[in-house]
This record gives sequence, C-alpha cells and structure tokens, in this order.
Amino acid sequence: MTDQDRPQYQQLLARKVEVVNVGLEGFVKDLRDCGIDVVHVDWKPSAGGDPQMAALLAKLGV
Amino acid sequence: MNVVVLNEVRKGFYLDSVALMRLSREVAGSPGVIEAALMMGTPSNAAIMRNAGLLEEGTAVKGNDLVIAVKAESETAAREALDNAIKSLDKPKTQGEAQSAWRPHSIAAAVKVRPEINLALISVPGEFAASEARKALNRGLHVLMFSDNVSLEDELSLKQQARAAGLLMMGPDCGTAVIGGAPLAFANKIRRGRIGIIGASGTGTQEVSCLISEAGAGISHAIGVGGRDLKKDIGGITTLMAIDAFESDPETDHVVLISKPPHPDVAKSVLERIGRSRKSYTVCFIGASEIELPPNARFSPTLKGAAELALGDKKIGAGFDANAVASRLPRSGRGGIEGLFAGGTLCAEAQVILAAAGRKVASNAAIPGVVKLGVEPNAGRDRLIDLGDDEYTRGRPHPMIDPSVRDDALRAALKNRDLSVVLLDLVLGYGAHADPAEHLTKIVADRGQDAPALIASVVGTEQDPQGRSAQVRKLEQAGILVAPSNAQACELAVAIVQNAGR
Repeated sequence: MTDQDRPQYQQLLARKVEVVNVGLEGFVKDLRDCGIDVVHVDWKPSAGGDPQMAALLAKLGV
Repeated sequence: MNVVVLNEVRKGFYLDSVALMRLSREVAGSPGVIEAALMMGTPSNAAIMRNAGLLEEGTAVKGNDLVIAVKAESETAAREALDNAIKSLDKPKTQGEAQSAWRPHSIAAAVKVRPEINLALISVPGEFAASEARKALNRGLHVLMFSDNVSLEDELSLKQQARAAGLLMMGPDCGTAVIGGAPLAFANKIRRGRIGIIGASGTGTQEVSCLISEAGAGISHAIGVGGRDLKKDIGGITTLMAIDAFESDPETDHVVLISKPPHPDVAKSVLERIGRSRKSYTVCFIGASEIELPPNARFSPTLKGAAELALGDKKIGAGFDANAVASRLPRSGRGGIEGLFAGGTLCAEAQVILAAAGRKVASNAAIPGVVKLGVEPNAGRDRLIDLGDDEYTRGRPHPMIDPSVRDDALRAALKNRDLSVVLLDLVLGYGAHADPAEHLTKIVADRGQDAPALIASVVGTEQDPQGRSAQVRKLEQAGILVAPSNAQACELAVAIVQNAGR
C-alpha cells in the first residue's frame, strides 16, 4: 500500500502539520516558535451565543 | 456590611479565558471590591455567576455576551471597578503575533485561503466546542479538542464521523499532543526519537515524554485521545486509530499507551489490536492490577515505570534515595499527606503509589479502590486533589495556566497540623504558566517553622521555555524538596510519614 492509499489519519504522522487555531490565542505563538504554520480564527460564539442552535447549524453544515 | 453588585453586559464581545482571567484579577484587585468576574455568558458561566451572587436580578445574558460582574463594599467602589474594567476592554489591543497576522472569522474561511491546513486546534468554551469540531471534520481536518465539558454523546458522534472520514479526533479534553514536532496545546520541548505515545491523559503523556527526553531518548509523535476514549461508550475509537497510525509510521519502533484503567471490553479490543502489531508496546493503565498482555507488550501501573520500560529498563532518577532524604528531615505534623495536583494523571499516579504503600487515600478523582471525596467519609485519609478536574476549571483556566487555583488550598494545608507532607506538581512547557515556581514560592514564603514538608516534582525539560533546572533551583531555594519524578515525590512523602511515625 502506498502512502497515498492509506487513510488520512495514517498519513498525518508523515505530513507537515498546518494548524487552524480556534480559541486560546496563546497557542499561536508556541506553534510559530516551533516553526509550525498556524492561522488564528477571530472566533465568536455562533448562532447569537445559543449553543443548541450553534450545534444544529454545524450539523447542517452552515 | 453593605454589598453592592453591578453588571455590565457587552453584546457580541468575545475574549478567550486567559485574557478574561487577567482582566478578572485586575478588577478583583480594585479597592473595595469583594469579588469580580469577567466571563462569557454561556449557560454554565451564567450559573456560576448566579450561584456566586454576582448577577444582578433580571440580568439576561447569552453565550456571545461578555459579562463584567462586580461585588463591592459600596456603590462607588463597584462603579469605579466597573469603569476601569470597561476602559481596559476598550483599550486597543497590543500588536501581538496573532493580531498582526491575518485572522479569518471561521474555520471555513481559513481553509478556503489556506487549503494546506490539515488540523484544527479547538479550545473554545465547551458548549461551542463540538460545533467547531464538526465544522473542522466537515472540511476534512483532523481535530485536537482541548476544550472540556463536552457531552459523551457529542464525543461519540464526532469520533464516529471522524472515523468514517479517516480523520483523527483527539479529545475532547485532550491536553496534549505532539505531531511531527508540533506541540499542540500543553506540550513540552522534547527530543525527537523513536518512541511513540498514545495518551488518554495530558499530564501522563507529558510526564512520560519528559522523563524519556531527559533520560536522553526521544519521542516520534504523541497522540492524545481524550480522557474518555477508553470508556465503554466510546469504545477506544481514537486509540485504535492511533495504534494503526503508529503501525505504518517508519519513525516509531516502540509505543507507550497511557490511560486510566479502561472498560474491560475496550481493554480487550485494544490489547487484541496491540497483539497484532509488529511493534513493541508498554501499556500503562494507571491503577490497574497486572493484566494479561500479548507477548509484544509489557505493563506498568505508573508513569515512571512506563518511561523506564520504554527506555529498555533504564532507571530514572537512580541516584535519588527517598529514605535517605526523609531521614535527614525534622518531624512535623501528625503524619497526614495532602496532594494538590495540577496534573490529573499525576494525581492518579500518586494514588497508586500511596495505596500500594498501605496508605488510606481519598481523592476527588478517585481511581478504583480509592475513596471518593465528598461521597464517602474520608477522616484520617490522605487527600489527593486533582485541581484540573471539571469542578475547579468550569469557567476558568486550567491550573497549569493559572496556578492560583491552588493557592487557597495550599495556604490552608500549610497551617494544617494533621499534615506532615504536602505534595505538589509543576507542569512546564508550551501553554503552561511562564514561571510556576515563582508563583508557588511566593505563596509558601511565610509558612511557619512547623509547616508540613513541601515535596514537588517538575514535569518539563531543560529546553522548555521555563527551563526545568531554573524552576527546580527556585523551588529548592525556597526549601521545597524536588524529586526527579512524580512517582519519586510520592515515595519520598511516604518515607517521611513513615519516618515521622517511628
């Protein structure tokens, strides 16, 4: 089996990690200090801050 | 005393929990303020504030509102503190690294512009974490979910979705992972090497990886799975995928699996899968009795033991003699031990070692065979507290980020004449407090001559931002005994109380 044929989770260990950070901003500096590319999301609770509505929207792919 | 409570609600204003902690502390330190909190208005945070009497009658908040709540001795003091908090919030942000870079508003926007992104690190409040993880999985990203307070139903459904898509879902409550040298969440600067780690616990992975690294060997990758992955409900979904991932990783020769004792059915399927592996394994089910293992695996009930097996039976801290250290110490207290841990797995390991030494133990995060605090009577027992447990972290940062969670309990322990020993852990590395030793030494500086002995272990490496030896030196200068590992700190605690009893 070639690397390309393996499921993505088996390829993760062989690939360069590139991160999207959602939440604590402090993690961004740590990753950059280790040479990891990272994009920080300027996150706010979705669905007007209603967790149940946010979960529903995420399930619907919104 | 006259007590005044004032609230200010900022609609649609988000700050992360570390920024909120800093501001909360600033406001709480204002003259005349009894208590203050800055929190996002999520349902669980609103309940915390309501229970603390910090929400005014009729104040309605939503999850995307920032709530500033001040309880003060007078209307003037409350108003002044509130005004200062508002001024701080309105101050322009400093141009930190994350501010100066491009900041998309969603995972979707980030991935659209940077399709190379392959992993989402999620640490938003628990109520919203599952939604963000689902968005990441929908876009083909692996996920490390640092957030806790996520339901078991959500965890199962996210892990099932991830497995179906061939993606790795690490967490929720995944404290650490190191993938290809990338420290994700709390992680240490460890040597690269050929030992892999699968950890259902954050600090367990940190302790084992640091002990291995400080002993001169190294780690290929550390995959976190979350504390509940090996429970019956989840069935070890991520653990089994991690075993597969290491199987095909040419950089890994040996794997250490760390978890609290799994459900027997889950243990069976995990051990059966390990038995089919071409690689050798160390299985560390903390607190489990010896279990039947396949020929390619060896068992350790402790983290230190697991690191030693992974190192090919090399002894860690071989020059450390707990009995010799204990024999040189003056006696104090009535023989009790209290452990105040930032690391949950370090607390579990302490329970294993104290119980094995014949001590009667109670804990808020009790392993099998240990009395659960608050549920069963615990008079006369050693108390081992996991300060990272949900009851202490709801609405506030983890004690590894904010060590002040430990301060009140530590001050009380220092005056408790029943205690002969207080056990402590300091966890260094990325994401952790910049100088936990400095914080700790300030708290214990004015302890009495007859205060219990303080014993600490430091989880970290010399290459960590805080520097292990510099932290150890600070502790030792403050009269705190530092052991080479958490296990040896516990052995020293036992030796001291046995010595005191002679």
